[in-house]
Amino acid sequence: MAHHTAAQTAHHHSHEEEHESLKTMGFWMFLITDVILFSVLFATFIVLRGNFNGGPGPHELFQMPGVIAETFILLTSSFTCGLALLSLNAGKVKGVIGWLAVTGILGIAFLTLEITEFVHMVHEGATISTSAFLTAFYTLVGTHGLHVTIGIVWMTGLLIQLKRNGLNAKTKRKVNNLSLYWHFLDIIWIFVFSFVYLMGVM
Amino acid sequence: MWENIKTFASEFFVTGDPLIYGADVSIALTLVAIVFALTYFKKWQWLWKEWITTVDHKKIGIMYILCSILMLFRGGVDALLMRTQLAMPDMQFLNAEHYNAIFTTHGVIMILFMAMPFMFGLFNIMVPLQIGARDVAFPFLNSLSFWLFFWGAMLFNMSFVIGGSPDAGWLAYPPLSGIDHSPGVGQNFYIWGIQISGIGSLMTGINFVVTILKMRTPGMKLMRMPMFTWSALSSCLTIMLAFPILTVTLAMLFIDRFAGGHFFTLDGGGNPMMYINLIWMWGHPEVYIVVLPAFGVFSEIFATFSKKKLFGYTSMVLAMMSIAIFSFFTWAHHFFTMGSGANVNAFFAVTTMLIAIPTGVKIFNWLFTMYKGKITFETPMLWAISFIPCFVIGGMTGVMLSVAPADFQFHNSYFLIAHFHQVLIGGVVFGFFAGLYYWWPKMFGFRLNERIGKWAFWFWNIGFYVCFMPQYGLGLMGMTRRVNEYDWSQGWDMGWMPLNIVSTVGAFLMGIGFIFQVWQIAYSIKNHKRDVNGDPWNGRTLEWSLPSPAPVYNFATLPKIQEVDSWWEEKERIKAGKPTPQAPLEPIHMPDNSAIPFIQSLFWFIAGFGFVFNWMFFAIPGLIGVAVTMIVRSFQKDEGYYIPVDEIKKTEASTRGAG
Amino acid sequence: MANVNANHHDSHDHHGESHGSVKSYVIGFILSIVLTIIPLVVVLQGWMTGNAAIAVIMITAVLQFLIQMLFFMHLKEEKKPRYNLLALLLALVIVVTVVAGSIWIMMYNTVAH
Repeated sequence: MAHHTAAQTAHHHSHEEEHESLKTMGFWMFLITDVILFSVLFATFIVLRGNFNGGPGPHELFQMPGVIAETFILLTSSFTCGLALLSLNAGKVKGVIGWLAVTGILGIAFLTLEITEFVHMVHEGATISTSAFLTAFYTLVGTHGLHVTIGIVWMTGLLIQLKRNGLNAKTKRKVNNLSLYWHFLDIIWIFVFSFVYLMGVM
Repeated sequence: MWENIKTFASEFFVTGDPLIYGADVSIALTLVAIVFALTYFKKWQWLWKEWITTVDHKKIGIMYILCSILMLFRGGVDALLMRTQLAMPDMQFLNAEHYNAIFTTHGVIMILFMAMPFMFGLFNIMVPLQIGARDVAFPFLNSLSFWLFFWGAMLFNMSFVIGGSPDAGWLAYPPLSGIDHSPGVGQNFYIWGIQISGIGSLMTGINFVVTILKMRTPGMKLMRMPMFTWSALSSCLTIMLAFPILTVTLAMLFIDRFAGGHFFTLDGGGNPMMYINLIWMWGHPEVYIVVLPAFGVFSEIFATFSKKKLFGYTSMVLAMMSIAIFSFFTWAHHFFTMGSGANVNAFFAVTTMLIAIPTGVKIFNWLFTMYKGKITFETPMLWAISFIPCFVIGGMTGVMLSVAPADFQFHNSYFLIAHFHQVLIGGVVFGFFAGLYYWWPKMFGFRLNERIGKWAFWFWNIGFYVCFMPQYGLGLMGMTRRVNEYDWSQGWDMGWMPLNIVSTVGAFLMGIGFIFQVWQIAYSIKNHKRDVNGDPWNGRTLEWSLPSPAPVYNFATLPKIQEVDSWWEEKERIKAGKPTPQAPLEPIHMPDNSAIPFIQSLFWFIAGFGFVFNWMFFAIPGLIGVAVTMIVRSFQKDEGYYIPVDEIKKTEASTRGAG
Repeated sequence: MANVNANHHDSHDHHGESHGSVKSYVIGFILSIVLTIIPLVVVLQGWMTGNAAIAVIMITAVLQFLIQMLFFMHLKEEKKPRYNLLALLLALVIVVTVVAGSIWIMMYNTVAH
């Protein structure tokens, strides 16, 4: 380690920070591609939404109380995720861990409700192969759910890393990106809620 | 038990055709030869350490180009098989089924597994060198992109001998590609091969956008970037915005096939035309994705070999970026005959015609660049010059096709085939060849033999016109694409035979051109003169300021840029005795190699293979492997290492001192 | 060593990432809840139907999107050059193209219907 001079360490730090900011930008670009991905699913859903093939439509299938609960849970989780970011900026690792854990639990609650809804629908005989409407519905809503699931796995891994390593350039960047991801999922859900559910039962 | 195994094997392996058995044998022999050579020369460790786990953009670029040339060979053989069948349609050289499979794989391989990796190879090798960066923004991701492409391509190519090739056309329109009409595994190979490599392409797009926007050397403003870097930026932005559409569309096709969905089925309320609509929303930008970098290559070459500044830098940038954006508004011209009504067709006809304007601007810019220049005709310049008439004819026939009412006549005829081969070969292939010849010395430190290169050039060019000009005529005579017989012994003579024979002769001339190229490379490896000053063409952009091949860290000190064509201006200053002073050397931080990209992509391959055959005992462990490797990566420290100043000094002395 | 680290922290405060405050998050949260309740009530209570209801749903959804972007994702605070904002705007153009274009092409499809 003799050759590791102070100057080199400083160099290393600035390099690391620069690199973390690159990664945040890269993550933003990934979110951009995800926006396009969802737009295709929405376009397909809108084109196929009237094709019930004699099967059940939104009026028979959607149970709004559950959907409304999902919506408010996800909105709240977006808020708590923001609070985690505030703790991050204040340098309070415990606050970050706490709020992220709350966010994750809300995410799990959201998923549980969504899975319950899907199971209920399948029991009613409305499966992915019933009609084009349902294929598009399950794919769109399911892709969002898959994103939430991935977010929760990511959050779990990040909590472990925060516990172990505390706040450093790397974990900070990850919390930052995770919060971007989570807010993004909230936005997608708002559009699912509006275009799929509200317009469905209208 | 034995019977079961026999039935399984007869379904698992493609059987019944001497061509396939021949391929089986040659694949097996090649694999044995590779394994033997690696073992005999004790190169396994070298392969693993220097290539498979590398995150060096220059090496990744070389691997991309190597793969794409192999794919060019396979796609080219497909083409020659088709042309042989069409020259003698009565001989039953390829039956209808086989012919379907071959035109499908020809299209997919040429666009997705030849053009795309060739382009990524050139990006990888040159973009960081042109903008004065030491690597791309995300070297790990870069390696992952490559291996995803590699294993995706392997999965796709495997279908030839295992399970059966896809045979529903290169864009796999449903309902033909649906489970009812293509019950075999071929379409699954199509979906997963493209899906896996497509994820890699998407990541490359993101990687290079961030690299170009964020990692330019001090002083290199956006409007000082070399034109090839601009073309990479426009192409990668288009990738970012277009490839997610492909991902979703293929995923939906997969849901239809795998889970009984009804997106694109004829029953259940599905709408196959939605697939056509979506796939072209990706498909049209895709052709611009591959052609824009070719425009970038030509811009570099015209300026270098005319010894002049590129004419109209700003208009070139604007044209390139507007083509990238405009490419998203023309997709419906691929299905004018679908019946979307006059308003839709009129709108997309006009947008298609509009896109010819920025393209025309570029053509004039290149011509004015050459005007009064001191032009020299080395091979890169030959390819670049031959591109112009070829692309102009291809573009003009494109404008003819864009006239919606006329398109009802041209649609799916050989006129269309001739048009898109003319823009894709004349634009993309010529462009990437030109780029390969131009940058070959930078990649390997020696020039390719000019004499053999000229033979290759003329065979390709004459072959091209002999092959495709007759096809315009065939199209107007009514010959449609995707037919393997037109003239059979029943006696109805359409009069298509003579032109088809001419066309086939042209195809084989191009094949000979390819053989010349392989010979050229082999010959030059054996008998080359080492290029010592790193600037064999008297270049204008930063990559020529480096020794050839560039050292692992690229730039010992980051250059400071004051203008466009900064290396050319710097050479003027050096001549005048006033070189820009260079900063003192500092230790350089480099990323560590990693085996995870290779392993993770292999898991993707396993998962994809499982989904192809509906074998969950493959697919699920594959997906778990993907997840585990991702998590392992997240927990890794990944700090990289430093190259100390002494070592940089040593490297610089040994690479530059010789000159 | 300690010195270097201190410097490093100093410099970090100058160009730290998105900040925001409790206040802005609370405002954003309340607004997003209000904007969820409006279309919900409009639709479920049957206050409006047809195009009027669709307009309300779409406007509130877009406003929600803006609120998440500004209050939660701190898009406003991006330093120049605003590549992230530009990329987002470009993506939104493509999103509108994909959705509106698909609807237009598929709805006027005389063969399918």
